Amino acid sequence: MSEGEAPEKARAIVVGHGEFSAGLASAVQQITGMGDRFICLSNTGMAPGDIEQTLRSHLAGGTSVIFTDLPAGSATLAARRVARDMPGLVLVSGVNLATLLDFVCSSATSPGEAARGAAERGRASLVVVERH
Amino acid sequence: MGILLYRIDDRLIHGQVVVGWGQPHDIRFLVLVDDLVASSDWEKDLYRMAVPPEMEIRFADVKTAIRDHATYAADPRPGILITGEVSVMHRLVSGVKAIGSVNLGGIHHRAGRKEKLRYIFLTPEEERELLVLEAAGVEVTAQDVPGARAVPLAEILGGEPG
Repeated sequence: MSEGEAPEKARAIVVGHGEFSAGLASAVQQITGMGDRFICLSNTGMAPGDIEQTLRSHLAGGTSVIFTDLPAGSATLAARRVARDMPGLVLVSGVNLATLLDFVCSSATSPGEAARGAAERGRASLVVVERH
Repeated sequence: MGILLYRIDDRLIHGQVVVGWGQPHDIRFLVLVDDLVASSDWEKDLYRMAVPPEMEIRFADVKTAIRDHATYAADPRPGILITGEVSVMHRLVSGVKAIGSVNLGGIHHRAGRKEKLRYIFLTPEEERELLVLEAAGVEVTAQDVPGARAVPLAEILGGEPG
């Protein structure tokens, strides 16, 4: 993820298990061409302190939104620790493709606002279809 | 039912515990044994927020866990007891003779540790403590998720990383 481009566009960290984040970003890239808005991280093989340190180092670049996969996952717990002493940081757990698509396409005035709107879109995208 | 799994995992509560083991075994309570967590309301809130509503989480320091172990063991629901350090499990097992097996679920790299398995790194002192546990009759195996093979301690300590 390169620095210094398109500063008006929201950026975020996506972190989760295995290749989850890279897979979601590749899907965003395929659909919108904006997969490079995400810093993709995996918690695979990482101790909790290492995950937290990695998040802090990426956030130091000015990113203020973190998307994680499982609410109970070690990445989410690490992000909660970071958020404890980083006012303004927005954490969204349980992220899905609809969430990230809405985030990159958002016209919100701040990354945090974009993340909150995207979370609503992601929640609404979970639909059960069954035939009786 | 009581405690189905005594697990050492430095991530404590996370996906493998809550979902990987929790769902197939219908785990209904977790006991997190950690002196630091047990003494911090913020830490306890952090872990409470991570577990689903149908799963109870209890916190205990080692002394309390030794005292209350009989209660955990008599619980009719299936549960998992977790420590983050080999030394903590060693202290617990030393005080609770009823523990017959210990699962190494995730002990990650840090200074002084050497890789034994993909998800198990140990210091020489931790190796010694695990051997003491096994010599006392406790079965020690490494198994990150239920579908994986349980790797015996001798193989963990004697084999190549894999």
